[in-house]
Amino acid sequence: MSEAATHHDDHHGHHPSGIKRWLTTTNHKDIGTLYLIFALVMFFIGGAMAMIIRLELFQPGLQFVEPQFFNSMTTMHALVMIFGAVMPAWTGFANWMIPMMIGAPDMALPRLNNWSFWILPFAFTLLLSTLFMPGGSPAGGWTMYPPLVLQTGDAFPFLIFAVHFMGASSIAGAINVIVTVFNMRAPGMTLMKLPLFVWTWIITAFLLIASIPVLAGAVTMLLTDKFFGTAFFSAAGGGDPVMFQHIFWFFGHPEVYILILPAFGIISAIVPTFARKPLFGYSSMVYASAAIAFLSFIVWAHHMFTVGMPLAGELFFMYTTVLIAVPTGVKVFNWVATMWQSSMTFEVPMLFSLAFIVLFTIGGFSGLMLGVTPVDFQYHDTYFVVAHFHYVLVTGAVFSLMAATYFWLPKWTGHMYDETLGKWHFWLSTISVNVLFFPQHFLGLAGMPRRIPDYAVQFTDFNTMSSIGGFVFGISQILFVIVIVKCVKGGAKASDQVWEGAHGLEWTLPSPPPYHSFSVPPEPSTIEGGMR
Amino acid sequence: MAEAQSDYYVPESSQWPFTASLSIFLMFVGGALTLNGGGMGPTVLAIGALVFVFMLFGWFGNVISESEGGIYNDQVDVSFRMGMAWFIFSEVMFFAAFFGALYYVRMYAVPWLGGEGSGAATNQFLWPDFVAAWPLLQPPSTYGFSDFQETIGAWGVPFWNTLILLTSGATVTWAHWGLKKGSRQQLVLGLAATVALGALFVYFQAEEYGHAYHELGLTLNSGIYGATFFLLTGFHGFHVTMGTIMLAVILARSIKGHFTARHHFGFEAVAWYWHFVDVVWIGLFIFVYWI
Repeated sequence: MSEAATHHDDHHGHHPSGIKRWLTTTNHKDIGTLYLIFALVMFFIGGAMAMIIRLELFQPGLQFVEPQFFNSMTTMHALVMIFGAVMPAWTGFANWMIPMMIGAPDMALPRLNNWSFWILPFAFTLLLSTLFMPGGSPAGGWTMYPPLVLQTGDAFPFLIFAVHFMGASSIAGAINVIVTVFNMRAPGMTLMKLPLFVWTWIITAFLLIASIPVLAGAVTMLLTDKFFGTAFFSAAGGGDPVMFQHIFWFFGHPEVYILILPAFGIISAIVPTFARKPLFGYSSMVYASAAIAFLSFIVWAHHMFTVGMPLAGELFFMYTTVLIAVPTGVKVFNWVATMWQSSMTFEVPMLFSLAFIVLFTIGGFSGLMLGVTPVDFQYHDTYFVVAHFHYVLVTGAVFSLMAATYFWLPKWTGHMYDETLGKWHFWLSTISVNVLFFPQHFLGLAGMPRRIPDYAVQFTDFNTMSSIGGFVFGISQILFVIVIVKCVKGGAKASDQVWEGAHGLEWTLPSPPPYHSFSVPPEPSTIEGGMR
Repeated sequence: MAEAQSDYYVPESSQWPFTASLSIFLMFVGGALTLNGGGMGPTVLAIGALVFVFMLFGWFGNVISESEGGIYNDQVDVSFRMGMAWFIFSEVMFFAAFFGALYYVRMYAVPWLGGEGSGAATNQFLWPDFVAAWPLLQPPSTYGFSDFQETIGAWGVPFWNTLILLTSGATVTWAHWGLKKGSRQQLVLGLAATVALGALFVYFQAEEYGHAYHELGLTLNSGIYGATFFLLTGFHGFHVTMGTIMLAVILARSIKGHFTARHHFGFEAVAWYWHFVDVVWIGLFIFVYWI
């Protein structure tokens, strides 16, 4: 935590110190650090829930937890990982990096920035407190489908308000990113020179502002259905439970791109750095990101092919879904073309990025399979779906978060991380994550349903394998924390550029950078094209 | 101080955002306990609300004194404008969820319950007597839901409320013209008229709710019509109330001599918000009351 503080004693007279500094800070680096620490803590809380799930599924039968608690774990694991770990981690990176990347002193709305962070600990107190309530924590799945979710006990209003609260945080954070990028860029930093991480984050921010309020509306209707007698999701009153699924997934599908678009920006920064070659097809990357964002709003019902929809709906949502493969393919080919005939080295950020490209693509392909309506009829709600979204979210979003952490940690702390430990972390994670999730494809194809604490004996071998992979993956993440703590505390001195092939404004600042990144705008001549 | 030499304005540390989170947290906890029937709920809710109001005075007071102190440069002004515009867009999307629900039930859910389309057997097996209609006076089942006699027609109070809101949009613009040409009297007069019209709108809306509840039997519990009607008009009414309070604050500031012909973001932000609730009302008038 101390990296931003220790090197800038000149500011100490003007800022509160100790805990008060962190509660009241308006500094983008402080807030970024808070976000990242929060996300890491949530990653371990959500991870502990995953360990309970894998422990129960280690062998058939009910041995460790009650079915209700098991379902709580799947529900809470998803909510914690999505809203508590990955989304805050991205906002943390946005806070740290965007002002430095565009040549700004800070975020455009610093007090709002503090607020968007300090909502989160309160929102997750609301959510996690439900674990200790009569009736247990929410167990109807993170998608909160009625009528099942309406049977939640005392936890119900806490769940709804927690979702409202974390949504407010996301909207505030997204507004801040958009305003910062559109209003705080240094002179000469034109839009098509922006680093791709900034581009993908603006697009993510648009998705957030357009989709999170819809989720707020959906859960508000759940609340009034439960407590005020409305009939939104009750057919008896003329409503429709399926309508919730439509509204939810109108938010939910953009949400999955909210989780992955910044990852595309990260990979587009790291691959050129370690390939020592400009990114292939910069502008096509920008347009592909925008195309993915647009398509994300017209594909939502592919999450509900089996719920009963008119044929025209099934076809429309199948075609639009499969269309997403085109801009996504553009991105993967661009990364591969960047590496073509380059002089690559394989430091840990690059290793995680390469693993991302391969493994995220596997998740993309299984997504294509799921996008085909008749095929989805077999896969729906099986472990195939679980395998699919964990390939895109763990080896996709989480791996890119790790790549980004290793990539920028020397810039933040001024120290190089421990390369050997980092490599151990990478290899253990990459091998174990495949042992964890790959067998789940087979389980799903063979018909094992998701969100069930017990299973038929023929699924035992793959489940045991998956659990072992899960435990190893979980334990390996302790290495990640060790590497970070070691790097914050000390290590070889990092240069300003850190990586030989690194380009961009953030690398022109000292490592660690000053408290306010650019107090005066950088010279326009120092701004290179964004394709670097 | 290092920031003073900067080309940019970065505010000092502030305790208000954290206070805001804390107060909203207390309101959520109090609200949740109240809904669950807990005894402590209303107390916690009230404490949270008090802290929230305290925070509003603190945070906005801070911003207003900075603004009146001339600290904000043009760049900060643009940041505020963009921030407000995107906030209003997020509000538009919030209403879109409810308009979307209205569209879905009118176009799909209710006709399907009435037996339209193929594959859905709900009508046949569950409620064969149900007749799809809109407005849906008679929900498929009165088990848990109530029927009602009549909806609120478009050409009574809702029509007059439309005129009131449209007029208030004109008066706030007239006030803005006054501000821009330096006529404080026109500014104050225009704002006062807008606040009065906003309050009148809310009053009529509350009267209509009373009429619906007590004479027409139209309640939140009246099946999907009551649900969509009250949540759409209710959230709109809540926004008009907020907007009226915001306008009243701007009016008070105008009387105190705040704002100049060039710098008056606070005024414009509230004016934008007011036009936004106006546009939402047009949507409500057309899709909820009229067609």
